[in-house]
Amino acid sequence: MASDRIFGLVALITAVAYLAAATQIQTNLFSGEYLPKLFPILIGGVAAICALFMMFRPDPEPDWPAAGSWINMGVAVVVLAIYAVMLKPLGFILPTAIAAGILSYQISPRPGPAAIAGVGLSLGLFALFKFALGLGNIVAYRIPTPAQLGDAFLQLIPFVGGH
Amino acid sequence: MDILSNLALGFGVALSPYTMFLAVCGCFLGTIIGALPGLGPSNGVAILIPITFTLGLDATSALVLMTAVYYGAMYGGRISSILLNIPGDEPALMTTLDGYPMAKAGRAGDALVLSGVASFVGAFLATIGLMLLAPSLARVAFLFGPAEYFALYMLAFCTLGGMASNNQAKSAMAACIGLGIAMIGVDSSSGLPRLTGGNLHLYDGVDFLVAIVGLFAIAEVFFFIESHGKESSIGVKLDKVTIPWRDIWSTRWTMLRTSVVGFVAGILPGAGASLGSFMAYMTEKSIAGPKGGFGTGVPKGIAAPEAGNNAAAGGALVPMLTLGVPGSGTTAVLLALLVTLNITPGPTLFTERPEVIWGLIASLLIANFVLLLMNVPMVKIFVKVLMVPAWILLPGVTMVSFVGIFSLSGSFFDLLMMIGFGVLGYILRKLDIPTVPVILGILLGGNMEDALRRAMTLSDGDVTYLLSSPIAIGLWVAAILGFVAPMFLRGVLKKPQAITD
Repeated sequence: MASDRIFGLVALITAVAYLAAATQIQTNLFSGEYLPKLFPILIGGVAAICALFMMFRPDPEPDWPAAGSWINMGVAVVVLAIYAVMLKPLGFILPTAIAAGILSYQISPRPGPAAIAGVGLSLGLFALFKFALGLGNIVAYRIPTPAQLGDAFLQLIPFVGGH
Repeated sequence: MDILSNLALGFGVALSPYTMFLAVCGCFLGTIIGALPGLGPSNGVAILIPITFTLGLDATSALVLMTAVYYGAMYGGRISSILLNIPGDEPALMTTLDGYPMAKAGRAGDALVLSGVASFVGAFLATIGLMLLAPSLARVAFLFGPAEYFALYMLAFCTLGGMASNNQAKSAMAACIGLGIAMIGVDSSSGLPRLTGGNLHLYDGVDFLVAIVGLFAIAEVFFFIESHGKESSIGVKLDKVTIPWRDIWSTRWTMLRTSVVGFVAGILPGAGASLGSFMAYMTEKSIAGPKGGFGTGVPKGIAAPEAGNNAAAGGALVPMLTLGVPGSGTTAVLLALLVTLNITPGPTLFTERPEVIWGLIASLLIANFVLLLMNVPMVKIFVKVLMVPAWILLPGVTMVSFVGIFSLSGSFFDLLMMIGFGVLGYILRKLDIPTVPVILGILLGGNMEDALRRAMTLSDGDVTYLLSSPIAIGLWVAAILGFVAPMFLRGVLKKPQAITD
């Protein structure tokens, strides 16, 4: 019940913001005045109606996980995000071993097997990608300067990094 | 005798040793992907696309490899249904209803072989159907103008939404999310950015592969973290695998009937394989009546959904290849592959690139025989694969996804976006909002808008132009029916629940 209402509300706000952004779409002589806006406005409109439906006719509550699982999933998101930005400055093997190990531990909390899974997957996948499939931009390891590492972390903060 | 000469051309392409090798690899990989719970055909094909792309395969080879994976996954889905009572992919859900009871009764081997043969019959007949039907549908497709295409896209979203969810508002919302994302990026006609929020990374738009891998593969990891991978141990024993000739012979009509049902369901844009296996099972159940013993582990109950779902998999290729409108989540992913390979599906594909189409059809025929061989005598190998524990499998899948997307663009922004889609996918699935319309929206949004714009330009802004031809009107009526009818048929179409121990 509540979940659908909350999602509906978030979706409604997003849809209205989307509609507002759609009316502000820049146009020029080639595109005509209303054509670039037409379809986005239609989508925003339909989405807003659906959001209202979800708010007023919600389905039964899904069974959300317990608090512990939420923390676990949050950790997983953070780990994956850090992995995403570290893949370039640190190369493939080290970040992959750590990230795969942590994920493995989160699925089945036993440190030993998780560590083996992390290292094994990292080396095994590296061999597969580099030697069997010959993917070009996979590099085993890189030794980054502190500045590069700092840059990589900055990219995680929206609107600061990313140039 | 057009078909024969075309087929000869196709086999000329498909029978080269290299293509054959790719087809066999694809079948093997596909069966594994299908068998592993948590790695269905859509995400399996999705994470393989970037890798195929970086390998630099040409269009025909890549297409042969991926459709072999697709067919293989459809075969493989039954293995975990029967042995674990967990469907390896959504269409295999119906196979659990009779497959698992039969396996529990000590006939796991029989169930696997019977369902393998049923898969073969369904897929083989569907490939023949594809061969006969696709060229003529491609000719009809020449009659399609922008108004008809717009109506066709509506039909795809409506039928998909109608079938995929229990709540129409939610499936329409899912389609809107996808279409809304597709609008982001530089507008093709004005050359000005739209809805990017000033972020330079978004000027190219959102790559659908990023969205697909995020929504399907990364979201799956969160589900496994939530459940701690508890649900994957084999509960039944598999001793010797023999061929149950008697069961195969006794289900021959069932297989033929359900192949036709499944194929027709697969052709409907948006409906797909899940509908195929569901309708196949329900048809046979009502033919057999209460004495048929459906749900207790009868051979017909295994043959019907498997023949149906594999036939639907072949049927779903028809609208995808001829009209560019996919019939299921996985064909949507295959469409993404075609677009990545710079092949435009549609009627012109049949006249301009016949070697691609007929090479594909010929390799599908070959792949079917390879899959029959793999899935009947060698089924034990794939059963071993099921023993790979989730705590190795899921991190592995995640890392492959990251490398795939990373090797495609080399951009950390895409990777972060992929994680974002993973979180979105988890929340959507928890709220029972289907994710396939999101994918379809991202994939087809650009084309759909294009059709609308061209229609509006041609008619000088007259909205009635969208309903100006009988084909368009027919498609709109079908779309509205497809969207509204499931609301009233919910009682009849209720999906049977999987059996619990």
